[in-house]
Amino acid sequence: MANEVCFRTMHLDEPWTLEAYKSVGGYKVWRDILKNKTPANDIIEQLKTSALRGRGGAGFPTGLKWSFMPRGMPGQKYVVCNSDEGEPGTFKDRDILRFNPHQLIEGMAIGGYVMTATVGYNYMRGEFYEPFARMEQALKEAYDEGLLGKNILDSGIDFDLYNHMGAGAYICGEETALIESLEGKKGQPRFKPPFPANYGVFGRPTNVNNTESYASVPVILQHGGQWFLDLGIPNNGGTKIFSVSGHIKQPGNYEVAMGMPFKDLLQQCGGMRGDKPLKAVIPGGSSSPVLPASVMMDITMDYDAIGKAGSMVGSGAVMVIEEGTCMVELAARTAHFYYEESCGQCTPCREGTGWMSRVLHRILDGEGKIEDLDNLQDIADNIMGRTICALGDAAAMPMGGFLKHYKHEFEHMIRTGRRWVDDQQNAA
Amino acid sequence: MGTVTIEIDGVSLEAETGSMIIEIADDAGMHIPRFCYHKKLSVAANCRMCLVDVSNSPKAVPACATPVADGMKVLTNSTKARIAQKSVMEFLLINHPLDCPICDQGGECELQDVALGFGNDVSRFTEGKRVVQDKNIGPLIETDMTRCIHCTRCVRFGTEVVGMREMGATGRGEHMEIGTYIEKSIESEVSGNIIDLCPVGALTAKPSRYKARAWEMQSTAGVSPHDCLGTNIEIHHRRGEVIRVVPRENEKINEVWISDRDRFSYQSVTDSERLTQPKIKKDGQWQTCDWETALTHVCDQLNNIKQSEGVENIGALISPSATLEEMYLTQKLMRGLGSHNIDHRLRQVDFSSQFEAPMFPGMEFDIDALEDMDATLLIDADLRREQPLLALRLRKSTRHGRVMSVHSGEVENNFKVSPNVSVPASDLLAQLQGIVAALIEQHKEVSAELTELFVDIKPTPDQQTIASELRINDNACLLVGQSALEHSKSSHIRWLAKTISDLSGCAFGELTAGANTAGGYIAGALPHRLSAAEESNICGWNTQQMLQKGLSAYLLMNTEPELDSSYRDAARVSLLKSKFVVMMTPFAKGEFLDYADVLLPIAGFTETSGTFINVCGEWQSFTAAVKAKGEARPAWKVLRVLGNLLELDGFDYVSSQEINAAVKERFESTTDARVGHFQRPDSLESGGEKPRPLSMYDMDSLTRRSLCLQMSVQGQDNWRRDQIEHLVASQSLPETESPDSLINLSASSAESETASLQESSDA
Ligand SMILES: Cc1cc2nc3c(=O)[nH]c(=O)nc-3n(C[C@H](O)[C@H](O)[C@H](O)COP(=O)(O)O)c2cc1C
Ligand code: SF4
Ligand code: FES
Repeated sequence: MANEVCFRTMHLDEPWTLEAYKSVGGYKVWRDILKNKTPANDIIEQLKTSALRGRGGAGFPTGLKWSFMPRGMPGQKYVVCNSDEGEPGTFKDRDILRFNPHQLIEGMAIGGYVMTATVGYNYMRGEFYEPFARMEQALKEAYDEGLLGKNILDSGIDFDLYNHMGAGAYICGEETALIESLEGKKGQPRFKPPFPANYGVFGRPTNVNNTESYASVPVILQHGGQWFLDLGIPNNGGTKIFSVSGHIKQPGNYEVAMGMPFKDLLQQCGGMRGDKPLKAVIPGGSSSPVLPASVMMDITMDYDAIGKAGSMVGSGAVMVIEEGTCMVELAARTAHFYYEESCGQCTPCREGTGWMSRVLHRILDGEGKIEDLDNLQDIADNIMGRTICALGDAAAMPMGGFLKHYKHEFEHMIRTGRRWVDDQQNAA
Repeated sequence: MGTVTIEIDGVSLEAETGSMIIEIADDAGMHIPRFCYHKKLSVAANCRMCLVDVSNSPKAVPACATPVADGMKVLTNSTKARIAQKSVMEFLLINHPLDCPICDQGGECELQDVALGFGNDVSRFTEGKRVVQDKNIGPLIETDMTRCIHCTRCVRFGTEVVGMREMGATGRGEHMEIGTYIEKSIESEVSGNIIDLCPVGALTAKPSRYKARAWEMQSTAGVSPHDCLGTNIEIHHRRGEVIRVVPRENEKINEVWISDRDRFSYQSVTDSERLTQPKIKKDGQWQTCDWETALTHVCDQLNNIKQSEGVENIGALISPSATLEEMYLTQKLMRGLGSHNIDHRLRQVDFSSQFEAPMFPGMEFDIDALEDMDATLLIDADLRREQPLLALRLRKSTRHGRVMSVHSGEVENNFKVSPNVSVPASDLLAQLQGIVAALIEQHKEVSAELTELFVDIKPTPDQQTIASELRINDNACLLVGQSALEHSKSSHIRWLAKTISDLSGCAFGELTAGANTAGGYIAGALPHRLSAAEESNICGWNTQQMLQKGLSAYLLMNTEPELDSSYRDAARVSLLKSKFVVMMTPFAKGEFLDYADVLLPIAGFTETSGTFINVCGEWQSFTAAVKAKGEARPAWKVLRVLGNLLELDGFDYVSSQEINAAVKERFESTTDARVGHFQRPDSLESGGEKPRPLSMYDMDSLTRRSLCLQMSVQGQDNWRRDQIEHLVASQSLPETESPDSLINLSASSAESETASLQESSDA
C-alpha cells in the first residue's frame, strides 16, 4: 500500500503532465462537481469521514477547517496553498509539486468551490525553482483544458489560480506570515484571532492548507471518505508522506499508510546506513521532540501513537539518527536554526531563541556550566505558549526532548569538555 | 454594540463588546504592564508584557489583544500571570544595555518602571549582549538603538497616524533593527511624537539631551503659540530654564500629539539671543537703558508725533499669536491715544468685506468632529504646513470618508484626496464658482438672484462630484485654509465658501493665522471694530494701508512685519522711513535693529500668562512657566505701564486674568446682531493672486529662531532661508542676571511694578 494518494502518478513516465494525471482518473472529481454542483456540505462530510488531518504540521482536521469558512458571506474569498515547506527535514511538498502538480490544482479548485473562493494562491518557497516551473506548466495546461478560469466548462463557476514564489524564509510557512508575505509585506505572523477564515489575504476570508492536504482531496472524493479512512487506522485516516532522511540507506519520500510501525518504515528505507544501530528519531520535523530508538521501535507512525510517546507527526519529516551522533551538537544546530529564523516580532521568541542558541554553543565550546541545563529548560518553558505564532513553540519543544532523553550527554560535555559519544566509543 | 460583564482581579466590570481586556482595565484604573500597546495605535501584541491569566485558557493571553467575553474572569496577578510577566521581563532585559545612569529616559522610562515591579535584581544571562548601531535621523531625535525593545510604536505611529512610513523594522529575529532603512532624516512635521511614544531611551529629544533629569523638572501647563488649534502643551522647566515641551492630553483638540514646532520652538526663547534690557537708538547707536527711560522716551515721542503729525499717523501692528490680553491692551492704548490704526491680520490682502466678517472667523464645528466627517472639502488649505494636527485628525476620516481639495500651489497631503484639484491662484474663484453652480443645478430652491448670477457657469465633473458629496452626506464640512485668506480676492472666496456651505448644508470652517486670530477679533485688534465686535464710528487703517501708505510712528507688538506680513518690501520702506518705531520683542536680533528706535524686551511665550482663543472659540488661559529673561517683562505689564504713563484711563489691571475678565464680560454681553454677514456681490469676480505661502518653519518669529527646527529637513527647505538665517544664534551665551533684576522679577502688582521700574532706574 504505497503511493496511492498524492503520489498516485509516480509510476508513470513524466508523471507531472496533464495526460499522466488524467490517466489515473485526474480531474474526474472536478468535472463531476462542475456538472452536478455537488453540495458543498456533502464534500465536507466526506472529508470529515476521511479523518484527513492537516499535513502542514498542526494536524488540524481539514474537513472541520473548511467548514469554518463563512461560505455564505458575500465578497472575495481566497484559498491559499502553503507550499513553503520550510521545516528542516521536510521535502514532500516539493515532490508533489514536481511530480503531481495537477492533483494540487484539482484539490485547490475543489476547495475554492466548496468555500466559495474564486481565487487561489499557491505560495511556494523561494528556493523552489524547479517545482515552480512545473506548477506554471501545469497551470497553463489546466487553463488550456478549460479547467480553470471564469465560468469553467459553462458551469457558472469561477476559479483562478496563481503561483506565487516567496523569498525563502521559514517564518513564511506560518500561515499568517505567509498571508502578509503574499500581500507584499514583510513576512511576520499576525496575532490570532482573527483567524484567516475571517481575516486573511487582503483582509478577506481565507483558507490555508498544506500542499499535501489539498492534494489528498481529489482522491478522497473519488473513492470516498471511508475508503481513505480505511487506508489508515481509526482517527488517523489515510496515507501520509514521510520524508525520511538521516542515517539510512535510502533517504526519500515514502507515502505509506498511517499506523505503519516505524520499524517497517525503516525497513522500506533500506535500514540503517552501514547497519549501525539506531540511536534516536526526530519523527516530525526539527520542531518535534526527539525520541530514543527504544521508544521508536515499538510505535506506529500516526498522530496518536507518536503523540503518546511525547512527540508529533508534525510535517512528517522523519530524521533517523545512528549511534555515535552527539546530541549536544544536534541540539545546538537545531537551536541555531530557530534563532536565525525567528521573525523578531515578539519578545520571547526574538530574545529566547538567541539565548538558547548561545548557551548551547558555549557548552560546545567547553564553557558550559551545570546550571545552564536548568536554564535551558526554563528558557524553553518561558518561550512556550507565550508567542504570537508557533515558531516559539517550535523552538522550545525540541529542547525538552533533548534534555529529557540525553541530559547525560550535556552534563558530560559540561564537566569534561568532551563529547559523550566519543568517550563511549573509546571506552568500548 | 452591547456590553458584557467581566471580572478583573475579582472586580466586576462592564465592558463594551469587542473591546480588549487592557482597555477595560485601564478605564477601571487597574494597571497591566505593557510596552507595545498604545491607545492611539493599532494592536501589535508583540511585546508580550501584558500576559494575563484568563479563565478557560491554559496559556496566559495578551490583555491588549484579547477581546472581552461575557463572564470572563481575568487575573492579572495570579501565579500564572506573574510567571508569564516575569519571564517576558527577563527576555526584554537580557539584551538591553541597562545603561540607565547615562540614559536620558532614566526616571521616566516605562522599561525601568516595569522592571522595578517584574524584573530580577540578578540576571541569569551571561552571554554577550546585542549592540545596535545608532542612526542619525536628524536634528530633532536622538537615537540609541541598542536600547530599543522592538515594540514598533514608532513604526506604527508613522504608518497609521501620520501616513508616512518613516520608521520601519529591517532584519529578522535578533537582528531586527528599527530605523529609517537608508539612514536618512525624519521629515514629518509631527515626528517628535515618537519620542513620547518610545517606552525606552531609544528615541529621545536631541535638543534637550542630557539637560535635565525627569525628576528635577517642574511642569507648567501651556498652550502652543503656533496655530489656531490651541494645542495643549506641558512646559518642563528646571530652575527657571525651559528644558523641553511635551504634549498635554486633550482629546478634543490635540489628542496626545503635538507638532514638531509645538515641541521644539521653545529653543527660540532659550537658545537664541534674547533682548534682556530696554534699548534706545541714539544717533544710530543702540544704547541700553532702564525701563523708565525707555518708556518715558516712548511716551514723549508718541505725544510729540501726535502733536506734530496728528494721531492718525500712529499705528500698531500686533502678532496674530499675541495673547488676548496683549491684543486688548494694545488696541486700548492706541484708541486711548486716539488712533484706530490697529491690526493683527498681517497676511491678509483683501479687506473689502471686513465689515461683513463674523465676530471672529473660525470653525463652526468641533475639531474632533473632523474625524467623523464623511465628506470634507478643503479650500486652499495646506493642513500639514498650517495646522499639522488637523491633518492627522482629517486623515482619520479618510478611513471611511472622503476628502476633496481645491487649492492653488503645491499641497502634499498625507491622506487620500479625491478629487484633488490644483489650479493657479487666479483660477481658484472659478473653481469655487463651478461648485456653487453645480449645487444650484442639484438644488430645488435657490433664489432667482443667485441662479441668475451663476447662469453662465458650467460645472466640471469634479465640481459636480464635490457638490454632491457635500450635499448628500450628513457629516460633511468645508474648511477654508489659512492661505485662502491671503488671496487678493479672499472676500469673494469667503462668500463662495459660505454659499457652498449654505446650499449643501455642510458645516463651515475657516482656518486662521497664528494662535489667536479669534482673540484678535474679540479683543478689537482691528481698525474697524472695537472689542467684542462693537461698532466703531471711525475706521482706521488696516495692515496694508499702514505698511503701504506709511505712518510716522509704529508700535510693533511682537511682530516683525517685514517677515510676518504679506508686504515685505513696503514694510521695510515704511518702517525705515517713519520717524519712530517702538518694537516690543523678546529677541535681540532682527531687521528691526535697522528700523526701530526703541526696543522693549518682553517675555517669551513660556514666560507670560495670557489667553488664546482657538479656531473653535475655546478660551484657554495659561500661566507663565518661568520668569522672563533679564529685564524683560510680560508684554501686558509693559502695555499697562505705558498706558498709565500716557495717562490713559483704564490701565489699572493687576493681573492678566483681570484683563481677560474685562474682555470676556464684553464678549458675553454681545449679541450676534452686531455682526454682519457676507453679502451677495452684484457680479462674480475672477482672477486674483496670492503671495507665496510661508514655509512651515518661517511662519512666526519663534520657529524662525529655533535652531533645531531650522536644521531639520523642512527648515532647510525654507524658501526665505537667506532672509531668516541670521536670526538663529548658533550658540548663545547663558544669561547672567543682576541682583536688581531679581528684585524686579518678584514684583507683581501694578503699583510695585511701576515702583520697581523706578527703583531700578534710580539705582
Ligand atoms: C514557524 C512555522 C512554520 C510553518 N511552516 C509551514 C510550512 O512550511 N508548510 C506548511 O504547510 N505549514 C507550515 N506551518 C503550519 C501553518 O501555519 C498552517 O498550520 C498550515 O499551513 C495549515 O495547513 P494544514 O491544515 O493543511 O496543515 C508552519 C507553522 C509555523 C508556526
Ligand atoms: S525605537 Fe522605541 S518606539 Fe521604536 S520600536 Fe524601539 S522601543 Fe519601540
Ligand atoms: S502590550 Fe500586549 S503584547 Fe505588548
